[in-house]
Amino acid sequence: MPGFVKKLVGAAVFLVVLYAVSALVGREGLFGFGLGAYESEVLMLVGINVILAVSLNLINGFTGQFSIGHAGFMAIGAYSSAYFTVYHGQNLEQALGGGAFAHALVFTVAILIGAVVAGGMGLLVGIPSLRLRGDYLAIVTLGFAEIIRIVILNLDVVGGATGFSVNVTYPVTFFWVGLFAAITIIVVRNVVKSDTGRALISIREDELAAEAMGVNTTRYKVLSFVISSAFAGVAGVLFGHFKRFLATPDFTFIKSFEVIIMIVLGGMGSITGAVLGAVVITILPELLRQLPSVGGFNFADLRLVIYAALLIVIMLTRPQGVLGEREIGFNWLRRAQKAPEGDRQVGDDTGVPIAQRAGDAEEVEKR
Amino acid sequence: MDTFVQQLINGLTVGSIYALIALGYTMVYGILRLINFAHGDIYMLGAYAGYFIARWLGFAGEPSVAGLAVVLVGSMLAAALLGMAIERFAYRPVRKYARMTTLITAIGMSLLLENLSVVIFEGTPRAFPELLHNSTYRLFGNAAISKTQLLIFGVSIILMLLLQWIVYRTKVGTAMRAVSFNLNSAKLMGINTDAIIVFTFALGSALAAAGGVLTAQYNPTIYPLMGIITGLKAFVAAVLGGIGNIPGAVLGGLLIGAAETFVVGYGQLVGIPSTYRDAVAFAILILVLLFRPAGLLGTTVQEKV
Repeated sequence: MPGFVKKLVGAAVFLVVLYAVSALVGREGLFGFGLGAYESEVLMLVGINVILAVSLNLINGFTGQFSIGHAGFMAIGAYSSAYFTVYHGQNLEQALGGGAFAHALVFTVAILIGAVVAGGMGLLVGIPSLRLRGDYLAIVTLGFAEIIRIVILNLDVVGGATGFSVNVTYPVTFFWVGLFAAITIIVVRNVVKSDTGRALISIREDELAAEAMGVNTTRYKVLSFVISSAFAGVAGVLFGHFKRFLATPDFTFIKSFEVIIMIVLGGMGSITGAVLGAVVITILPELLRQLPSVGGFNFADLRLVIYAALLIVIMLTRPQGVLGEREIGFNWLRRAQKAPEGDRQVGDDTGVPIAQRAGDAEEVEKR
Repeated sequence: MDTFVQQLINGLTVGSIYALIALGYTMVYGILRLINFAHGDIYMLGAYAGYFIARWLGFAGEPSVAGLAVVLVGSMLAAALLGMAIERFAYRPVRKYARMTTLITAIGMSLLLENLSVVIFEGTPRAFPELLHNSTYRLFGNAAISKTQLLIFGVSIILMLLLQWIVYRTKVGTAMRAVSFNLNSAKLMGINTDAIIVFTFALGSALAAAGGVLTAQYNPTIYPLMGIITGLKAFVAAVLGGIGNIPGAVLGGLLIGAAETFVVGYGQLVGIPSTYRDAVAFAILILVLLFRPAGLLGTTVQEKV
């Protein structure tokens, strides 16, 4: 089969599976496979967090720039698209003649708006702040995200401090979430495998060397920042229309930390690692809710304590994350038997990127 | 004029507390290049330590200078021990790994302290006992300064001078500066770097605890999540002044405290609602970093290949 036919068949199969899963979500007991409301919500959040983690990994994992502002771009996507659907969604739908198609089209436009506005903001924030390095960049991205949140908090047109009720009929099914999670993964993968990706990785490994080799580091850093922000915006759109209520406390730097934890846990610079991290970090606190109550003491109350303790233990025992920089996939399964070191060119055997490891030692020496 | 002076006094009060906390961030960063995200929570735990010491030793009912001193020193000691324990059991084992790992460990430690405190102390805020009879001294016009504010200024200045003395006049301080200049060379010169790092954590944590007790005298409600936003602003203050730079942390803290109070006091006049209070620190930080990427007093280190 030619490559593109293979891809088309793959895409078709994926869409059918996604549609089937989506049909099961929220319908407990359907053919014995359906998911209850609670499980469905967790599944949706998993999908949204996958988008966030995979997109953040492009900046933090592949470009090596440390951003803690992802929640801010998510907020921009959520609020800008909700503004559009709440105030203009109905009219536009009627103008398009109504019906299911117009409905889907308007929601697609909402997603595009979220992506474009968040990406544009990423450009605005990225150009000045990406001149900074390391921890300074981290704190500036955090600062921008907090400013975005506080500005939204003061905008009465989107509800201000009382929150914004996204009272529209755009039921975000799992189909949408899964579709955009897949699009995020494919786009990030293609970017990483392209020339651009090589440039990004060269910046991560050694920014000065990359610059010396003629890589326009600022341009590539801003580019990865914009792509990443746009997808954070998409995640925000889905989150807002799924929750149907937006409040700024959902977008504090704690949320940004959560996404960083996902990618570090899964392995920085690994797309499948980010997916794995997103799944684990979303489900783990929910699983800990099920802890039993022994002798009048409810262990479920300790779930966040256990979560934090587990995080520290993982960092102590497996600092490079579960996957390091490896990817899980069909290739990985095949290669794992033949040449285990085949995909380890960039990192050393512990999976820590060479530049990060050596760079730290050098930095200490230089001081 | 008197309103301005009043705002300035209030701003510098908040700023002194930011400065005390910022010192811990900046010292740890100076030595380990680690953003100790758990530092804000040590500030919170310092306030709780003070609360329990005051209750158990019976200083809660009868304000006295001796009681205040005991509570302050007691909570500083408790926080110092906690800081040392955190360094020893969480940060030291990951120190050899990539920076991101230590950073996530710090975030995890912060989450652990917060959530553990919510379980142990319960989420409901507690009223911190008054340890010193408060009274207000009128300066001129309507401007006044309260005894608590004088206390905060006094204690902060004493602690900062003490820190200055430790860092620049003692042997251990010289070692601290050597380690922060170059950890490996310091080790080669026979400095016990591990001990110095532990000492730095103890020192920073004690200052944060003092900040916690002093805040609780000024604004007597303590709760387990009080360290998040204050800690963040103190960190911003440290970066603003030039992270790793001790006078910079003090300058940054005072600046942010004053700016915040002025936005609340005068912001309306220029169309900035007081709800922007929490954004001010970040806005100043971003503006300063765009023009001085190493902070106000920081020096740019030229990168060598």
